[in-house]
Amino acid sequence: MSALATSATAPKRRGRGGSLAWMAVPALVFFTGFGLVPLLGVLVLSFTAWDGLGDIRFAGVDSWTTVLADPGLPHALWVTFLVMALSWAVQTPASILLGTFLANHHRYRAILSVVYFIPLLLSSAAIAIAYKALLDPNFGLGAGLQIPLLVQDWLGDPYLAFGVVIFVVSWQFIPFHSLIYQGGVRQIPRSMYEAAELDGAGRVRRFFSITLPQLKYTIITSSTLMVVGSLTFFDLIFVLTAGGPGDATRVLALDMYVRGWQASQMGLASVIAVILVLVGLVLALVLRRLGGRDTSHSQLEGA
Amino acid sequence: MASTLTTKPEVMEGGPQPRHQRRNRPRGRPNWLAGLASWIWLAVVIVPIYWIVITSFKSQSRYYAENPLVPPGEPTLANYVMVIESDFPLYFVNSVVVTLGAVIPAVLISFMASYAIIRTGKRSRFLRLSNSLFLMGLAIPLQATIIPVYLIIIRLHLYDSLLGMILPSIAFAIPLSVLVLSNFIRDVPKELFDSMRLDGATETAMLWRLAFPLTRPAVVTVTVYNALTIWNGFLLPLVLTQSPDKRTLPLALWSFQGQYSVNVPAVLASVVLTTLPILILYIVGRRQLLSGLTVGFGK
Repeated sequence: MSALATSATAPKRRGRGGSLAWMAVPALVFFTGFGLVPLLGVLVLSFTAWDGLGDIRFAGVDSWTTVLADPGLPHALWVTFLVMALSWAVQTPASILLGTFLANHHRYRAILSVVYFIPLLLSSAAIAIAYKALLDPNFGLGAGLQIPLLVQDWLGDPYLAFGVVIFVVSWQFIPFHSLIYQGGVRQIPRSMYEAAELDGAGRVRRFFSITLPQLKYTIITSSTLMVVGSLTFFDLIFVLTAGGPGDATRVLALDMYVRGWQASQMGLASVIAVILVLVGLVLALVLRRLGGRDTSHSQLEGA
Repeated sequence: MASTLTTKPEVMEGGPQPRHQRRNRPRGRPNWLAGLASWIWLAVVIVPIYWIVITSFKSQSRYYAENPLVPPGEPTLANYVMVIESDFPLYFVNSVVVTLGAVIPAVLISFMASYAIIRTGKRSRFLRLSNSLFLMGLAIPLQATIIPVYLIIIRLHLYDSLLGMILPSIAFAIPLSVLVLSNFIRDVPKELFDSMRLDGATETAMLWRLAFPLTRPAVVTVTVYNALTIWNGFLLPLVLTQSPDKRTLPLALWSFQGQYSVNVPAVLASVVLTTLPILILYIVGRRQLLSGLTVGFGK
């Protein structure tokens, strides 16, 4: 009886397409209020002058001309690009190798995975503070062990400081990305390897002919996270080097903070923020084009 | 696929240990190079952590005298006492309030949104639009929107309050949560929904009694991941607060380090203390977090 009654109402319910839309409203309200509105707001603010406390007044394109004429901008863009490119170039091969290894060696995998994940639990502030103490030329690890090679002014020399930033970034994130690759490698059908083995392909050949091509979408996912994530290395660099020495490690995000909150020029900072958004969107689009599809489809193709 | 996996090696090899062979996919010599690399990386990860932990138990005078990699001869808890006495319990409570206050609502509203998007998204233009907005949010760096967020929080009279940090944290957690949760809700078999509906269940009931329990690993993953991000967040407290009693742990860590930079063991003790709660969370939810992350991002 009741089953009959509900089945009669079911088609009607199916017809009312938007009946569940209210469920998405709270998330949409929050995301609009603190995500989309600020995204448009930062564009508006880039045409104003504001010291962060007093009144906001319209200033036309003043901030834009100031920032675009400032040699600090190409420098910050260059540093941001270098951090992005180098940290990608260090992390990706290392993560693929570690991920492949972890996927195949079940015995160690459990132990290694536990330890590998620890750096991701620490806050960037904690990691930066610990490395600052560890690399101290007078009281750090190198000085304590009396190994001259390790006693360097790590954060005082522009090139060394840059290298330290790349190293610490890799230290923090390689574990995470190797886990992503581990998941990707485990989805590769074993039959492919068996067929290759029958054909006499060696380990290196199997890696380059099967593992790497099959990991294409995993590489794109991981690279997107790395590249977009590299735009957000604010806290690590802020605490570790504060952009120094000089402006050697002053990435865009840091440049924005310094102009906005330390120099009280929110208009200029907003221009930097708009540039940051544009860089992020362009990168995301390029990576998506490389992938040739969006991330909501299955990983297994032709398997 | 499973059948080819189990039969093929035996046919190929005819050997005595097919089971052993199944476990190590690429047969032959052990891969020394990759093995070596993974152990080297293990050392690179462990040595700094080991150094942080043992140093935090050394007295300041001993720190300068002893070999930095040898455990302290006379371990002391003085550093921890000092850190705890300098208002760290207050910062700890602030961090807990901000993290729980943001993560619980964020996961709940993200789950509702994902559920709606998967269940009726194909038919509703509103839901399709919401979904693409959330996906776009993945590409927006948090820093880029911080100036207007700062302005909004001031205008809402929430500057220098915990709620002022909670509201934007919820918003920034939504895009990734929706992505991962909807990937998992999509995998719940349609037949289960249909049979529950035949029994007269409402959509709300199906959300709570069907989708929620069946996607629990994803919910745990998203919860832990967001908790981690918000617990470790630095920029929002830096920009949205000014009084010391509103600090969360990462910010407190930073100012503590500025104040006591000479006392390395005490600074490192504060690093250990701020990480401890998240370490406990990790130990409790490790299995689900690791598998959830690999599956959630691998998709």
